[in-house]
Amino acid sequence: MEELKILLKNIHKDESKKLETYISGGGYEALQKALSKKPDDIVETVKKSGLRGRGGAGFPAAVKWNFIPRDCSQPVYLIANADEGEPGTFKDHILMEKDPHLLIEGMLIAGYAVHSFQGFIYIRGEFAEIAQILEQAIAEARQAGYLGKNILKSGFNFDINVYRGAGSYVCGEETALIESLEGKRGQPRLKPPYPAASGLYGSPTVVNNVETLACLPFIVREGPERFASIGIPGNTGTKLFCISGEVNKPGCYEFPLGVPLLNLVYDVAGGIRGDRKLKAVIPGGLSTPVLSAREADVLMDFDSLAAAGTMLGSAGVIVLSENASIPEIALRTARFYANESCGQCTPCREGTGKLRLLLERIFLGSGEADDIRRIMKICTSLKGISLCPLGDAAFLPIFNFVEKFHGEFEALIR
Amino acid sequence: MLSIKQKDDIRKKAKEFPGHRSVSLPALYIAQSGKGYIDRKDIEEIAGILSISYAELYGIASFYNLIHRKPIGKFHIQVCTNISCSLLGAEHLLTRLEKKLGIREGGATADGIFSLESVECLGSCDKAPVMMINEKFHEALTEKKLSRILASLKEKAE
Ligand SMILES: Cc1cc2nc3c(=O)[nH]c(=O)nc-3n(C[C@H](O)[C@H](O)[C@H](O)COP(=O)(O)O)c2cc1C
Ligand code: FES
Repeated sequence: MEELKILLKNIHKDESKKLETYISGGGYEALQKALSKKPDDIVETVKKSGLRGRGGAGFPAAVKWNFIPRDCSQPVYLIANADEGEPGTFKDHILMEKDPHLLIEGMLIAGYAVHSFQGFIYIRGEFAEIAQILEQAIAEARQAGYLGKNILKSGFNFDINVYRGAGSYVCGEETALIESLEGKRGQPRLKPPYPAASGLYGSPTVVNNVETLACLPFIVREGPERFASIGIPGNTGTKLFCISGEVNKPGCYEFPLGVPLLNLVYDVAGGIRGDRKLKAVIPGGLSTPVLSAREADVLMDFDSLAAAGTMLGSAGVIVLSENASIPEIALRTARFYANESCGQCTPCREGTGKLRLLLERIFLGSGEADDIRRIMKICTSLKGISLCPLGDAAFLPIFNFVEKFHGEFEALIR
Repeated sequence: MLSIKQKDDIRKKAKEFPGHRSVSLPALYIAQSGKGYIDRKDIEEIAGILSISYAELYGIASFYNLIHRKPIGKFHIQVCTNISCSLLGAEHLLTRLEKKLGIREGGATADGIFSLESVECLGSCDKAPVMMINEKFHEALTEKKLSRILASLKEKAE
């Protein structure tokens, strides 16, 4: 199956991170084109393209931008969410490391559309070397007049600051990210108000995922109709799929939304190691409910996966073979969310902690007959009531591991 | 204690942000860039520069995994043990490291050269198993590769 490389079109070039390489591939043409139009026209273009956010929830980008109040006296901030903490996800890593100017141009277009003059890239602390690559690319762009004052003589001012997180998964949640960028503990805020009304330093703020922003140069340059013609209705454009786990050729691959999952596993990623049988697939990063092999015949887009009872999430596809132990994976999942819960709200803090305890004792062989029911009860009764979605990100997948593979848990208890 | 240069760097960095409070994380990074961790005195001094309370800054420092509040080794080894890495043998590599270094996960060698920690997904799962040593990624690890890396670090430490 042939990849359709729009976002990844530069990454295999020599010196792909350099400005001249980016420009020779048509880079910054979209910015020029955008600046010749009105900001509202850009919002309209993005609306027509059907672009949905790539950060996890699939929220339409233009709708989010339209929440920003017009002609407000406060500054508007744009934040690129480069926290990439969802286990199984490594797409923003590759985009920023190999093609940093793509993100910069995307931010310029978004910044222009929402009347912002200051952007931030909030990058996870572990990506220190990538943060340096971004700093260098920003310096290059500034030197060439793509960032700073009066960009390309259009009167538009915009600059970007790179902010390094310091090792916290919850800081990928947009309001926790904003708290962290304000120099505080990364604890999610109660919503509303949403960031568009009151975000960074109390100002209207747009938070978009790196990949979402990276789609913008293509949309502006080639036109929204072109983008909308890729994929399936309501799920337009290409998507970066991160395939990892027990496959022969793990990697980040770009395909139109709606590509069949089984094609990704067997054709693109070369099938399962040692020709083992498929047991299950986690389709969209660790927070998305697992699909058993029987359920894996699905299309990879927001709506098809929702209909299958799971989510596209960050498109981190984790492939599990017959050798994988689901109770062990459920335990690792519980440990992860218990470690990363910010501790602020009770259902998430207590729920994830209790799940970890129960799964630990089942895994160690000292589980009680009633423990499976206890786990299901925690997952169902605490669903939807934590302050931010981190709680559900633990409860939903763990519920599905236990429900779909309860035999494996029972075997450990007996 | 912060050096004069560290204090200057923090004040300079603070000017980059519309809200000067934002500099608290960069300041903690600057403070730990010398000895690898921050102590009580460092937190006190930064809190003074930023005009916030010691307790508040301590709360911030303790929230983030990459801000170290106790000494770490000259080479701080972080092994990813999340799903994709553990499916490809991360746990086994961690055990090998514990044996080779003679320490347990979470500990440090007596000479202060190595410390070892298991961490969550490092965002490089296609190249599993993965670890970080200080700020550098080491990917697609095998036992052989691990031995080679350790040997070269031991050489560097001498
Ligand atoms: C616990 C948690 C972690 C998250 N981590 C990330 C992340 O690492 N990167 C990201 O882009 N979005 C993450 N999100 C989603 C963000 O809150 C936000 O919806 C997203 O950045 C919006 O971008 P988009 O509209 O372009 O998709 C996370 C959400 C939650 C609840
Ligand atoms: S699971 Fe180890 S890097 Fe993602």
